[in-house]
Formats: sequence, C-alpha cells, structure tokens
Amino acid sequence: MITAFSAISILLLIALFIINEGLPFIFSYGLKEFLLSSEWQPQLGKFGIYPMIVASLWVTLGAMIVGAPLGVGGALFLSEYTPRSVMRIIKPTIELLAAIPSVVYGFIGVMVLAPIIRDNFGGPGLSLLSASIILGIMILPTIVSISIDSILAVPQSYREGSLALGATTWQTIHMVTIKASKSGIIASIILGLGRAIGETMAVIMVAGNSVNIPNSPLDSVRTLTANIALEMSYATGMHRQALFATGVILLVVIIILNSIASVAIRKRIARR
Amino acid sequence: MRIHPRYTQRGAIVILGGATLLTIIILLFIIGFILEKGLPVLSIDFLTTNPENMGKSGGIFPTLIGTIILPLLAIIIATPLGIFTSVYLSEYTKESRATKIIRFGTDCLAGIPSIIFGLFGYIFFVITLGLGWSILSGGLTLAVMILPTIIRTSEEAIRSVPNSYREVSFSLGATSWQTVKKVILPNALPGIVTGIMLSIGRSIGETAAVIFTAGSSLRIPDSLLDSTRTMAVHFYILAREGISAENAYGTAATLIIAVLLVNVSAYWLMNRFISKRS
Repeated sequence: MITAFSAISILLLIALFIINEGLPFIFSYGLKEFLLSSEWQPQLGKFGIYPMIVASLWVTLGAMIVGAPLGVGGALFLSEYTPRSVMRIIKPTIELLAAIPSVVYGFIGVMVLAPIIRDNFGGPGLSLLSASIILGIMILPTIVSISIDSILAVPQSYREGSLALGATTWQTIHMVTIKASKSGIIASIILGLGRAIGETMAVIMVAGNSVNIPNSPLDSVRTLTANIALEMSYATGMHRQALFATGVILLVVIIILNSIASVAIRKRIARR
Repeated sequence: MRIHPRYTQRGAIVILGGATLLTIIILLFIIGFILEKGLPVLSIDFLTTNPENMGKSGGIFPTLIGTIILPLLAIIIATPLGIFTSVYLSEYTKESRATKIIRFGTDCLAGIPSIIFGLFGYIFFVITLGLGWSILSGGLTLAVMILPTIIRTSEEAIRSVPNSYREVSFSLGATSWQTVKKVILPNALPGIVTGIMLSIGRSIGETAAVIFTAGSSLRIPDSLLDSTRTMAVHFYILAREGISAENAYGTAATLIIAVLLVNVSAYWLMNRFISKRS
C-alpha cells in the first residue's frame, strides 16, 4: 500500500526539487525576461532562453516532419498490406531501434549524416537539419509501434464493410481505418514529440550547440536540453539556478504533452 | 481531376511500402555501420584491460564494471517497489480515484526526459543527501527512471493471470497475500522478468541521467560511494571530445551488442509467455 504510492511520490519529489531550485530564479529574474530575452551570457548574469526555446521547437517540428509520415506510413503498410506473420517479425525489429542508446544515434549523426549535409548543402554540417533527421529516426519506433497497436484495434468488420462496398484497400485505409484509429495515431505522434523535445545526448552531438536563433535549417542551434547538459557540469550560483529553471520549463511542457496523449489513448479505450 | 482507385491503390502501396522499407534500412544501417567499424577493435584484450591516456588507447575494463553494477543496483532497488505497486494496483484495490492518480503519476514519470532525471539525481542524491558522484547516486537515479517500466509490465503480467486461478486459491481458504505469493507472482513471473530486462537495456544505454550522478571516474570503484563511468558515458566522452574514433567504435559495438542481447532475450521471453497463455 505504501509502496504503491512510490511512483507518484517520486514524481512529486522530482517536481519539488527541480521547482525549488528553479522557481526562485524565475521570480527574481522575471519570467518574461527569462523566456523572451535572446541574451544568454551566464558570465554577465544574462539568462535569456528564447533562442533555445525557438531551437527546441524547430528541432522538434523537424523531427515530426521526418518521423511522423515515415512512422505512420510504415504502421499502415505493416498492419494493412503485409501478412500478420511478416508483421510479427518486423514490428519487434523496428521496436529494437528504441533500444539503441541515444549516444549511438548522435555518433551516427556526427560520422555519417553531418558530412553528407556539409558536402551537399554547405554550412557546418552539425545543424538544425541533422538534429531533426536524427531525432526523426529516433522517434520512429514509438510512432510505428503505438500506431500499429491502435490500427489493429479497429474492428475487422469495419474493413470488411468497406471492402464489400467495392473499395480498394487504400480507400478503406484513408476513409475507414485512419478515421477509426485517429486518436491512437495522434497519441503516438504526441509521445514521439515528447521524446524529441526531451532528447539530450544525441542532440548535443549533432546540433552544433551555438546559441542563436536559426535563420536556415543549416544553422547550428542549441536546444533547451542541450543547454542544461552542456553547462551543468561547471555551473554555480545563479547560473545553476537558471539551468534548473530551464528544467522547470521543460518539465511543464512534457507533462502537458503526456497528459494530452494519455487523454487521447484513454478516449479510444473508453469508446470501445 | 479524379484519379482512378486502381492507381491510388498502387501509389499507396509504393509510398507506404517505401516508408516501411526505409525505416528497416535505417535500422539495419545503424547496427551494421557500428558493428562493421567496431568489431575489428573488439577483443578479449579490449574488454579486460584498463584504458590509457583517458581512453586514447587500451581497453574499457573499468567502464564494463560500471555498466554492470549501475543497472544491477537500479534493478535491486526498483524491482520490489515496482512489483508491490503493481500487485497493489491489480489485486488489492478496485478502480478508484487513488489508482487513477497512481497511474497518472506512473505515466508522467515514464515520459520525463532523462536529463530531468539527471538534474533531479544531482540535486537530490548528490547534493542534498550528500552521496556525491557515486555508484549509489547513479543507481538510485536509474532506479527512479526505470520504475514506471517495471510497474507497467508487471501490472500487465499480473492482469493476464486468469481469474480462475485466483478463485481456486481463495476457495481453498488462502488469503490475498498467500494468493499473490503462491499463485499470481509465479504465473506472472516471465512477464515481470521481461519488464526487468527491458529496464536493464534502457539503463545500459543511458547517458544523461548517469553522467551527472555517477560521474565519470575511470578508476575501478572500491565502494558504492566511489564514482564510476559506464560504457555509454565513456563512449560519449570519447566521441565528443574526439579522443579516439577507433576506441569509440569499439565501445559502441560492445554497447550495441549488450543492449541487443538483453532486448532480444526480453522479446523471446515475452513470446514464450504469450504462447504459453494462449
């Protein structure tokens, strides 16, 4: 009984300690100044995280553009066009992608992807674009796996009804299956979004990490998570509090995203 | 203009099939690339000798120890907590406001990024509790991180034990606890073990949560209060500071093989579990 509340009490403990370390800073420095100023110069006492917020948003959006169509497309193909026996082999294989450590993805980004981008498009190579592609790949397993589960949960009779009316498999997919499994697919994308915003090590390795508001996908950027991890090891005083305050912002965003996703998933279960 | 359904059907197969194929090719490429570059470096010597010049040459022995001991400690701490929570959720209560809150907490905890766990572990275990950069701080942080996975998989495993088993046990006069201990846990064991294996896989590859709590000392630790460096952290430092590409590939290959072995055995266990049930 007591242990049952371990998870919730740990969550509260985490929130408490991070907020306790970060919130006083936000109040004393000013929330608006903290969120909307573009100057991040810890040695001068200037802590504006606006460029990092913009970078995090762009990188996450980029990851969505890469990961969502591939992931949902793959999920539709595996669940509607391939025999179940084949899907049972391929789905766990794709889920294995999730088990590969994020530092390995980052390394692949540095060794393979960044040189390709540098040689073909110019720029430093370590950029918003590389970070988006690597993150897009990293969130594929989440999107594929949860989308497949929700597509398979669509009753077979829906498909049979559509096919009996003479619809092709594709017409059935986009007029029946997708509509019926919409909330599950959206939930999978939101969970992928959460993973992309929160990812740290891979992004540090491929994004270049200079603090600036990007003008093009080929610019080097620093995300919120990268900012925390890069400076945490030597930050003290106000600077450290500013990093914890960045953590507070991140925590709030992630909890909001996850709540939306879990509501979407629960709605689907409730309807059935 | 309306395109004939036959062509949209073909187009869909090509595009969706292409997406699937691309996903699989990327996966195979990542694993293949790391193994191709890393396997030539890998040898018994590489695994059992100490690194020299901060990892520029020599092996990865101390990081191997760190990689084994941190996840082990995390599992020892998180498993009992996780199993008790899931037993409570599935056997001792009806759905209520309390279980909803617990589930919401578990879901939220599962979605928190590892850098936040790193921050928390640093401020709570390292600073507030005064444990310093140590195996203990790192293990506790990892335990917190894997707790939701263990709770979820155990709960699913426990729920999949047929109700008739419980009824027979109760009809013999067993108490709830006796039923849990003698009937439910043994039957749910493979599912629970699967969750533990997946958690081990995640702990082995974790970097952000470990680097700020367990530190990155390359010495072989004497006690739980010593700092240690895991393979993932070692690999990150080698790659990021450009110390040695060759040793970075070797470490990455070891890491990937370890993680894949753990995960494949988890899937194998899960499949056996499912086929036994049905």
